[in-house]
Amino acid sequence: MFGRLTIEALPFYSAIAATGAAMVVGGALLVAIVITWLKGWVYLWQEWLTSVDHKRIGAMYIILALIMLLRGFVDAIMMRAQQAMALNNGGYLPPEHFDQIFSSHGTIMIIFMAMPFMTGLLNIAVPLQIGTRDVAFPFLNSLSLWLAASGASLVMVSLVIGKFSTAGWTGYPPYSGIQYSPGVGVDYWIWALLISGVGSTLSGINFIVTILKRRAPGMTLMRMTPFVWTALCTSVLMAFAFPAITVACILLALDRLLGMHFFTNELGGNMMNYANVFWIWGHPEVYILILPAFGVFSEVVATFSRKRLFGYESLVYATAAIAILSFTVWLHHFFTMGSSANVNAFFGVTTMVIAVPTGVKVFNWLLTMYRGRITFHPSMLWTVGFIATFVIGGMTGVLLAVPPVDFLMHNTTFLVAHFHNMIIPGVLFGYLAGYMYWFPKAFGFKMNEPWGTAAFWFWIVGFYLAFMPLYVLGMMGMPRRMEQYNDPSWQPWLVAASMGAVLIMIGIACLIMQVIVSIRDRKKNLDVTGDPYDGRTLEWATSSPPPPYNFAVLPEIRDREALLDMKERGVAYTPPARYHDIEIPKNSPAGVIMGGLSFVFGFAMVWWIWWLAILCGLAMWATMIWRSSDDETDFVLTAAEVERLERARYRELEAARS
Amino acid sequence: MNANVTAVPGHPHSEAAEIHAQRELGFWLYLMGDAIIFALLFMTYGIMVGNTAGGPAGRQLFSLNNAALETALLLISSTTFGFASLSSRAGNRSAVMGWLAITFLLGAGFVFLEIREFLGMIRIGAGPDRSGFLSAFFTLVGTHGTHVSVGLIWILILCAQVAIKGLSLPVTSRLFRLGLFWHFLDIAWVGIFSVVYLPGLL
Amino acid sequence: MKQAVVTVRYAALAVLALLVAGCDRLVVLNPKGPIADAERGLMIDAFTVMMIVVVPVILMALWFAWRYRAGRNARYEPTWDYSGKVDAVVWLVPALIVIAVAVLLWRSTHKLDPYREIASSTPPLDVQVVAQDWKWLFIYPEQGVASVNQLAIPAGRPISLRITSDTVMNSFYVPALAGQIYAMAGMQTRLQILADKPGKFVGRNTQYSGGGFSDQFFEVVAMSQADFDAWVAKAKQAPARLDPPTYAKLAEKSRLNPITLYSAVEPKLFDAIIDRYTGGHQAHGGQTPTAPARR
Repeated sequence: MFGRLTIEALPFYSAIAATGAAMVVGGALLVAIVITWLKGWVYLWQEWLTSVDHKRIGAMYIILALIMLLRGFVDAIMMRAQQAMALNNGGYLPPEHFDQIFSSHGTIMIIFMAMPFMTGLLNIAVPLQIGTRDVAFPFLNSLSLWLAASGASLVMVSLVIGKFSTAGWTGYPPYSGIQYSPGVGVDYWIWALLISGVGSTLSGINFIVTILKRRAPGMTLMRMTPFVWTALCTSVLMAFAFPAITVACILLALDRLLGMHFFTNELGGNMMNYANVFWIWGHPEVYILILPAFGVFSEVVATFSRKRLFGYESLVYATAAIAILSFTVWLHHFFTMGSSANVNAFFGVTTMVIAVPTGVKVFNWLLTMYRGRITFHPSMLWTVGFIATFVIGGMTGVLLAVPPVDFLMHNTTFLVAHFHNMIIPGVLFGYLAGYMYWFPKAFGFKMNEPWGTAAFWFWIVGFYLAFMPLYVLGMMGMPRRMEQYNDPSWQPWLVAASMGAVLIMIGIACLIMQVIVSIRDRKKNLDVTGDPYDGRTLEWATSSPPPPYNFAVLPEIRDREALLDMKERGVAYTPPARYHDIEIPKNSPAGVIMGGLSFVFGFAMVWWIWWLAILCGLAMWATMIWRSSDDETDFVLTAAEVERLERARYRELEAARS
Repeated sequence: MNANVTAVPGHPHSEAAEIHAQRELGFWLYLMGDAIIFALLFMTYGIMVGNTAGGPAGRQLFSLNNAALETALLLISSTTFGFASLSSRAGNRSAVMGWLAITFLLGAGFVFLEIREFLGMIRIGAGPDRSGFLSAFFTLVGTHGTHVSVGLIWILILCAQVAIKGLSLPVTSRLFRLGLFWHFLDIAWVGIFSVVYLPGLL
Repeated sequence: MKQAVVTVRYAALAVLALLVAGCDRLVVLNPKGPIADAERGLMIDAFTVMMIVVVPVILMALWFAWRYRAGRNARYEPTWDYSGKVDAVVWLVPALIVIAVAVLLWRSTHKLDPYREIASSTPPLDVQVVAQDWKWLFIYPEQGVASVNQLAIPAGRPISLRITSDTVMNSFYVPALAGQIYAMAGMQTRLQILADKPGKFVGRNTQYSGGGFSDQFFEVVAMSQADFDAWVAKAKQAPARLDPPTYAKLAEKSRLNPITLYSAVEPKLFDAIIDRYTGGHQAHGGQTPTAPARR
């Protein structure tokens, strides 16, 4: 009846596991109680959960990402504490628990923190920057969100029922095969990745079509903002790289469920094929994450240097070059697998070539600051901190691209330090910059700056303190993922790294305080103009938050800094001669229903509850068919109603000006 | 959201056409992603074709007659789908439904032959858990077969939509995308025939 | 404020002291054999070349941020957004650096191919390495002896390792002597090492392999030829013999195995361990197109 699910799956076998489970259950209950107490369920359902509006979907993605950031960070600081203690003793975490933590940390940070954060920023900014009323497929957008949430929920549930994978975020077989990992952990990992991966593929397709087909009149490709360019490249990578992780996960699942032999040790399995297929996705994935962050930096640096972005075309070509090259480097993740020198050298060279366009971008940002008028909004701090820190990671990346050097440093904490040095300053700082930059656009009030500034300083100092020691430890030959060790010379460095994690924790606390304080003071910090930074690009031309239709009349674009150009021509913020009816997609519960069903489906597949999996599969089919047969997915906002909304906005604008 | 909301009876034509152009592009992108899935499965098959682990190889298992018959069914079904598309353009509702029904039968015949082949292999102990080669074979060919089965369900749904809604713009636009899907499966099958069955037998 | 400066100064001193004290612990920077030495040299060369970009970028980031901050009224050119010359420099400098490092990379990757035996007047000593849960077995085919968790080698003589796994994928790593290579079941990878002088080094598995992973280290003892001969003679006297039942027992999961010597080894044991997974039906063309594990 319940497959292999028994009462033993509950985490009463260890105090730490039980605490983790209690926090998840308690947190969920608390949220549910607060919503009930505020009588918010109907509002939440009608206005948010069923929403197909890209701005709300974007906000929900980012909320999901921030929650998962907390979870992923708890994992991180637990690992740091364990390694700081565990010299010649077991520390406080048994190996099996430690192993689950490093696996969930990587999986969560990449798939359920960074991906939703990035998709959220795309959702909030891209349609506004290209001057359209919504993405090409608003319902698919909602579906993607709920598939991501469903995958994230599976990872969270693994804390309460059963265990998570111990095979690392890469899930290399044969270790992740049924013979060596017979429990449910790897299955949780597989289904979480598969479900959210489908959502990411759909997001990629959605944004490609949106950007190619729905730009405002006059917005040629070379008038798109740098963020939109990076969004386009990332979407292409998402649409064409995510099928690879789907294949890798499905083949691994077939090995585990049906006893097949794709990656087993015996009967003709070949685990090297997994490494290839996984990294054919895995490497582009790194660029999927980092390109939009590059886009954010390009926006922020121009806005807060009050200067046109330097070398726009170079930047665009560099972005496209990175996107294409990202498919040609995957083998550098396993130079140590015994490929021939020619193969290793080839992939080493292609890897290095990526450093060229990346270097170009760094110089373009620097030259944008050069002879600018720089103000240090927190977004700008993240950007400068990124540039100064990212080059160090880039440098160690080039070192690791040299195969013989990789032989020495692979699988050590040097590698761990390298990719955190790319992903924290490169990806996370970029997302946080974008989050603080576009927050007023999404919610209509500005964020508190002092708390954001404090968060930045704690994060960057904490970053250096946490990860520079790992470079040193790598040089001392310390492998990654060690639950305990016997070399006393490692400990001081590991203690220092744990102090860095504490600083980052304070940085995260500052981020939370920033949200609380900003909401408390929102009346004081209202963004009535919709243009809080004297912006240059189109998203600042509409109100904050924008009306459901974004733009009452689609703007004519004449320059790549569309709003600045309108301001110079004196046509910004002028009411149009007349308004028209606007079609808006209706909210739909199908997305959230599909997400819920896919969650139960994944859960049933993990625990081998076949009847439930079949039931959910059929229900998903039925939902999909019902939704896809619906021809009346839009409603019309009449010209009169648009006029009423717009008049109110222009009155506020006038009041703000005078 | 707001008051003054009315349902839309029909789009103004050009805007609606634009929406369907977007859907078409989106569908092409989906097909390209699907093509990558097939490419990786083909690659995996190529890597594992020799990994029979002492079990049977393609030569002992495949039947050229069966594969040729499957090929014929699928290719003819593509042609009959083409007639359905032509009838749709001509606005001939019952012809569309007729051709779709024929396409469905041909596709169902294909799926039947494939399932029969799979069951036959499993019965003689050459199931997907026998060797890496057989895992790759069942997965590659089975993925294609699953796609065809999905296509069959989709044909049924569109038959129903044509019957109920007539050849409205959304319905013909869906029909067009189903056509892309169906022809795509043909191409994938030609790949399977020439990568899996022909070298396995010759 | 002054207090803070003093604190910072003490912190800096402490870090410096740690670095100096830890310097000989930085095993990667203190190689004990020619392969690791060449790999270290390569890393330092590449690092040095990279500094041409890294240092200016960090300085420019900080300097521009300081110099062009609002309120300081430095020169302001809000529309300066392109310069062909600057653009050329921006593309060419990184490109030239990458070309330089790429040449270095191509040559060194071939020179330091772990399959390429070390050129030497003395013929290499063959050692077969088997990764197990969670220990390492070393078989000396010529000497007919074997050891667990201890790799004894004559200093100054090239050692040619053939590596496989009798469990999940492992990675064989002796940072003092050479970079690592994966150990995979049913396959054989190779690695060449050479210790310049007698000494003791730590070897590890670096690829996570389950609960006992942290304990999966072994010692490498480089000794003079005479000492090595003595070691072999001692091994020959060991009570234990590595016959099939003993091997089966050894291959079971275990942690922190004591160093054990075996006076005799089942002939062709290493090949038999590989064949267990391939079933003797070693596939032709059964490798990935990009990562063929060469024999």
